[in-house]
Amino acid sequence: MRLFAALLACASFFLSPGALAQQMAPDALVKSVTDEVLDIIRKDKDIKAGSTRRAIELVEQKVLPHFNFTRMTALAVGKDWRQATPEQQKVLTEEFRDLLVRTYSNALIAYKNESVDYRPFKMQPGETDVTVRTQIHQAGARQPITLDYSLEKNGNAWKVYDVVVAGVSLVTNYRSSFATEIRNGGIDGLIKTLKAKNASLEANVKK
Amino acid sequence: MKTTFKTQAGRLTALVAFAALLGGCATSGNPKDPVEGFNRAMYGFNEGLDKVILKPVATGYEAVLPSPLQTGVANFFSNIEDLMIGVNNLLQGKPAQAASDAGRVLVNTTVGFLGILDVASTMGMEKHEEDFGQTFGRWGMPDGAYVVWPFFGPRTVRDTLGLILDVYVDPVWAQLDHIPTRNSMILLRYISNRAELLKADKVIEEAALDKYSYVRDAYLQRRQSLIHDGNPPKFDPYSGAGEGKSAEAQDGAGASSQVAARN
Repeated sequence: MRLFAALLACASFFLSPGALAQQMAPDALVKSVTDEVLDIIRKDKDIKAGSTRRAIELVEQKVLPHFNFTRMTALAVGKDWRQATPEQQKVLTEEFRDLLVRTYSNALIAYKNESVDYRPFKMQPGETDVTVRTQIHQAGARQPITLDYSLEKNGNAWKVYDVVVAGVSLVTNYRSSFATEIRNGGIDGLIKTLKAKNASLEANVKK
Repeated sequence: MKTTFKTQAGRLTALVAFAALLGGCATSGNPKDPVEGFNRAMYGFNEGLDKVILKPVATGYEAVLPSPLQTGVANFFSNIEDLMIGVNNLLQGKPAQAASDAGRVLVNTTVGFLGILDVASTMGMEKHEEDFGQTFGRWGMPDGAYVVWPFFGPRTVRDTLGLILDVYVDPVWAQLDHIPTRNSMILLRYISNRAELLKADKVIEEAALDKYSYVRDAYLQRRQSLIHDGNPPKFDPYSGAGEGKSAEAQDGAGASSQVAARN
């Protein structure tokens, strides 16, 4: 059950500076994004006060540019991805992105007093798919939470396509519920469910 | 109190058998979850119990008890846990970790005032997470079906066997002869554990389309990761596909053989 506490810590994965990204080594990229976002969280008055809006903004500005959401969505949908039309794939990607952003922006607010350790990283020349491993230490917690990022190289830039918190992939963990939705209502059924989910989360943000 | 335990173990075994029987009436056809109907019912029961009793109590506990005291309580139980974590590390052929766990118990029990302070962590002796379910997994026992138990929550069949042993050797359950003390300790530990998870509730609530399957899949992935100490083979419990280069690679072909290979 500790893993649920761990899920929260994924907050810090949404941490990243925008423009530097080009050609940065994957471990350096993860580190600079994490450090920048942590720094902002610690200083930002609105986030300290629990503003989900502000946290979402931060995530969208600093973190989203380093994520490959199309790849993430394809991984979450699994083999049914190929059945989807390009238009459906586009909508699915947008909705899934919104879901992840909203959920974890809230996690970002919940966790403020954490520090991040970067585990040793080695990469062969020419590699295009790597994992950067980090550990989150929370104040008062006995055990650090592992937070691993899978990145792949697209052209010059490294993009994150999976985040694994305490051994749980935030992406593939959706696979069986997505499959159920698709079995029951097709790709459009899944889109509808995701939209409804996002709408209800949006309603909560306004409160 | 051994008899109490045996009765409980007996009941649990009967439940396993019952769950296995229910396997005949499979629901959504998820290969890891042949008794989904039973599991969803138990999950609903646990959720209801949590909503009505556990969560309110844990919330009150968190509100009333100063946070250093909460940490002290959690550390105290964590220290007791470390004993069997060390034994399990030894059984898994990891003597260095086991020695570190023993060191933790030694330091925390003495310098840390019976475990209330986690001095060992500040000295760089890392806390581990091991149990008999993981040890069996390490030894190659397949995990079997996913089962949700009332009160105990998600397990696999293998982890259920592990749980029975965990409870059997748990110093609090098995070594305390004074029953009121034992029961109070178990209750306090339950509440303390629950209180630590309060913040996570909202995240799961918001992240999941279907909480039941979100929790199930997270549990299965987490256990897989724990058994391999954070470096599990790169494929997930369902498609069996690796995290391939493209979505095409995620195709279900060969899934069953890979799942079999994993087990």
